[in-house]
Amino acid sequence: MQPPMHPFVELDRVSLTYPGGTLAVDGLTLSVAPGEFAAVVGPSGCGKSTLMKLVTGLARPSGGGVIVDGHEVAGPLKIAGMAFQNPTLLPWRTTLDNLLLPLEIVEPHRRRLRRERAAYVDRAEQLLARVGLAGFGPRHPWQLSGGMQQRASLCRALIHEPKLLMLDEPFGALDAFTREELWAVLQDVWMERRFTGILVTHDLREAVYLADRVFVLSSRPGRVIATYDIDLPRPRTLDTTFTPAFGELVHALRNDISRARTMADKTQEEAS
Amino acid sequence: MRQATLQRLMPWFVVIGLFMVWEVACRGLSVPQYILPAPSVVFDTTLRYAGPLWDHSIHTLLTTLAGFAVAVVGGVLLGMAVGASPLVYHGLYPVLIGFNAIPKVAVVPVLVVWFGIGTVPAILTAFMISFFPIAVNVATGLATLEPELEDVLRSLGASRWDILVKVGLPRSLPYFFASLKVAVTLAFVGSVIAETVASNEGIGYLMLQASSRFDIPLVFAGLVVIAAMGVVMYFLFAAVEGRMTGWATRRAMPMAD
Repeated sequence: MQPPMHPFVELDRVSLTYPGGTLAVDGLTLSVAPGEFAAVVGPSGCGKSTLMKLVTGLARPSGGGVIVDGHEVAGPLKIAGMAFQNPTLLPWRTTLDNLLLPLEIVEPHRRRLRRERAAYVDRAEQLLARVGLAGFGPRHPWQLSGGMQQRASLCRALIHEPKLLMLDEPFGALDAFTREELWAVLQDVWMERRFTGILVTHDLREAVYLADRVFVLSSRPGRVIATYDIDLPRPRTLDTTFTPAFGELVHALRNDISRARTMADKTQEEAS
Repeated sequence: MRQATLQRLMPWFVVIGLFMVWEVACRGLSVPQYILPAPSVVFDTTLRYAGPLWDHSIHTLLTTLAGFAVAVVGGVLLGMAVGASPLVYHGLYPVLIGFNAIPKVAVVPVLVVWFGIGTVPAILTAFMISFFPIAVNVATGLATLEPELEDVLRSLGASRWDILVKVGLPRSLPYFFASLKVAVTLAFVGSVIAETVASNEGIGYLMLQASSRFDIPLVFAGLVVIAAMGVVMYFLFAAVEGRMTGWATRRAMPMAD
């Protein structure tokens, strides 16, 4: 275990310029403690997805440093689980085989998978049951509803028990009821396993429901303009979302986002 | 149910109808046999020359399949290289387009100079004409990988080879099998062209001989045999496609109504 003062993910004055000159993020500084669940919100085009790529090492910063688990990130991480708005399950594999995909890649599972397949299948089935997909392993993804596919995608991100879970609008394409159901599922799994999580979203209620801490990003180039500690008691439920404390937090976030957007409009006007 | 039966029988109706129109037109307009023989004459000729037709078409079939087999191997390897590496893609694409634009019949004389008259130029022509759709389809299947999925795999530490084997190749299988159907019929075009220009065996050679004797019914018998072989091979590979990549055509599955 690391001492608590060491953050698990640390971005220090990070900037990233894409080829073509777009400055996606600039002076981005934030840190997430081990086992903490953080959410990142911001107006559209604020570099939220860039943040995902920077933390996982899929993009290298133009300036500043990214540290994950005590190491400077120099290439793609090998420890992260990721899930996106698009579930990206492989249509030719059953749901179960989709879950096993990360185990075919990540060591030491990769070496063991063939010999200890039964144990791994067991583990995958337990995880499926955990998110309410018991018995759906042999089905193909296209036989599942959108919400079920997203549950399976979440399972795939968690099957190798990653220390870091990165979520990019994972519930963005789902209807409101399914989304709220999956918040509870995700919270349950997190409370059980206590991985470090970073959730990128523009659903402010989702951010407050799930996160210990919410970072608000400015418009492009993105940097942190506000940080909120969410100390609502866990496990949070749908009832929590109707409490005044919850409402106030969402409201405050909403004001920050509005401010970020008007600021962006002004700079654009000045520039033009 | 009745609709489905009708759909299954439709191709036979169309083929029979086509032959009937042809027959009636030939008789009604009294077209001479050396211009356009009626289907009845063509079938008659087919039966009369069944022996030589069989021998020559087996030769053509084997030549075609040999060229096609080389095209599958070459097309898949080339498609993988082009689809997996942007560098190879940018380097080779214009060359491939240019090569594909060359009429293959123009290359046959060169092949004859290199390899002599016979089977080899026919195999090579079948290969040249049919590898292109295979390569393009495999490359397309590989190049249209979802970027999110690539991110998921790369953040797990997957190598490019892992991504190719686990995702790229299975993903391109439907494209690959779809291209096989087209490529095998093209391979027939290639081998028959080469046989017509420079061979002493095969259905193309037989047709050339027949036309020099003004035996037009035999030429048409050859054409019908080639068409029949093409249709059989097409549906053979369509069946293989259906078996191998059922997941990709799931929307075409019969709906209960």
